[in-house]
Amino acid sequence: MATALSLTHLGSLMRGVRSVDEVGADERAASLAKRSIKKSSKLWALDLAIRCMDLTTLEGQDTPGKVAALCAKAVRPKPGDATVPPVAAVCVYPLRIADCVAALRGSSVRIASVATAFPSGQSFTSIKVAETEEAVRAGAHEIDMVIDRGAFLSGDYQRVYDEIVAVKEACGEAHLKVILETGELGNYDAVRRASILSMAAGADFIKTSTGKVQPAATLPVALVMMEAIRDFVRETGRPVGFKAAGGIRTAKQAIAYLVITYETLGPEWMTPDRLRLGASTLLNDVLMQIDKERTGAYQSADYFTVD
Amino acid sequence: MDVRKTYKLFVNGEFVRSESGRAYRPDGGQVNVPRGSRKDLRDAVRAARTAFPAWAGRTAMNRGQILYRAAEMLDGRAAQFVELLGGARARRELDQAVETLVWYAGWTDKLPQVTGTVNPVAGPYFNFTIPEPTGVVGIVAPDDAPLLGLVRRVAPALCGGNVVVAMAAESRPLPALTLAEVFATSDLPAGVVNILTGQRKELLPWLASHMDVNAIDVAGCSGEEVKAIEESAAGNVKRVIKLPEGERSPYLIAAFMEMKTVWHPIGV
Repeated sequence: MATALSLTHLGSLMRGVRSVDEVGADERAASLAKRSIKKSSKLWALDLAIRCMDLTTLEGQDTPGKVAALCAKAVRPKPGDATVPPVAAVCVYPLRIADCVAALRGSSVRIASVATAFPSGQSFTSIKVAETEEAVRAGAHEIDMVIDRGAFLSGDYQRVYDEIVAVKEACGEAHLKVILETGELGNYDAVRRASILSMAAGADFIKTSTGKVQPAATLPVALVMMEAIRDFVRETGRPVGFKAAGGIRTAKQAIAYLVITYETLGPEWMTPDRLRLGASTLLNDVLMQIDKERTGAYQSADYFTVD
Repeated sequence: MDVRKTYKLFVNGEFVRSESGRAYRPDGGQVNVPRGSRKDLRDAVRAARTAFPAWAGRTAMNRGQILYRAAEMLDGRAAQFVELLGGARARRELDQAVETLVWYAGWTDKLPQVTGTVNPVAGPYFNFTIPEPTGVVGIVAPDDAPLLGLVRRVAPALCGGNVVVAMAAESRPLPALTLAEVFATSDLPAGVVNILTGQRKELLPWLASHMDVNAIDVAGCSGEEVKAIEESAAGNVKRVIKLPEGERSPYLIAAFMEMKTVWHPIGV
């Protein structure tokens, strides 16, 4: 991977990014979202949705106790039912990593931490690098960084690129997910440019949003990012993962993301190594849908945990 | 110009076609009525559940005002209902329906005093029992008296602060769907009353087994149907309300309520 791309090369890379057919992307996403997944296929999809889930809590009011409860739910989403798999990871603020390390010892659930002045990204590069290093040292397996949208929107691609390269280096063994915050990028062309830029700079995953900005993840934006991944993989041979985050609350939405992933990137991406769904309230709805399929009765939130 | 009405379901304060796109013609008539599916039922219960906390949290006086306004709106459409109901008893049925709404409108702020108690206990506690709404109530309207039968069950449920998913009389659903227009203009928040039409045989099992429905009034069900409902209702210990069709009574309101007892320490 080229980590020291010169200014001229970066400029030609960005100029080479083709523009996106906005109407076409909206229509394709809408048509894929209509696909109906039923019965055993639905159960399979719900199971995959749980295995690909980043169970998230990113609130100023997060306490060690709240994070411990989240971790318990991540390991065993449905108490008393071992057929429901653990989620892929928990996603927390850096200060809560230590709580996760204690709570998740011996489980397959990984620890993802946001870093780099989340959610705005408006801070000094040295601080972002230091925060990333601290997070990895504290025990994070995955780092969710935000790009500097201020720099990106003003056309300072070099700064964004260099920052991702620096943070990737600070990650060491940890996986790097780069959050584009598509709700602030304005249009699909910018989303595609930011995707290509992040992947060229070494991102292991590209992620739609922080969840702090409206609109968060939408299906057409996911489609645009996945098509960027597909083209990047075709060009370089290096597979890059996709993470949708923000506003995914129902099992139906989650399944729509699975369908769109399958149709755009193919079956190789239907695994937690390459696909993640970041969500805080999605898990309960998925569990309710699983119970509905199994028992044949519509379920009530009264019988699921209050998170 | 003669505008022919397309009758629609009333879900979440909106008049919608069945998601299934199906319709049926009750009693061999000429009017198409939506044939609701289990997904319409699911949507209705979800809407009701969402509307419940705010409706239960309204003051008793405000609920009374809204029920009274429903009576006003129903009375204002008297001619339309008389025509829909048809027959010699139509006018009387409408008048009774209006009276029923007014009567229960008056009961909203009196129920706790009548059914609540202060209990003598052998300990330093102030111990009292008050009625609280059960939650989402399913109502199966009887086929005879398609307007009055429904109003007689919906009004007491609303009076206590419950929210309703009602299944209209299968053979005569039009008065129920028009009653939805009355509720829609009575300041009832969206989702507090939802009215479905369709085949009882198809929808009842889903209503009875729905974990998010807390009570089900079986006024319009046959003995066999009641048995099946009671079996499914056991899944979440749904209250199955079997009261004789007839006069209005505060005990009908109480049937939709849960009695909650508080042990409040005194002298500490």
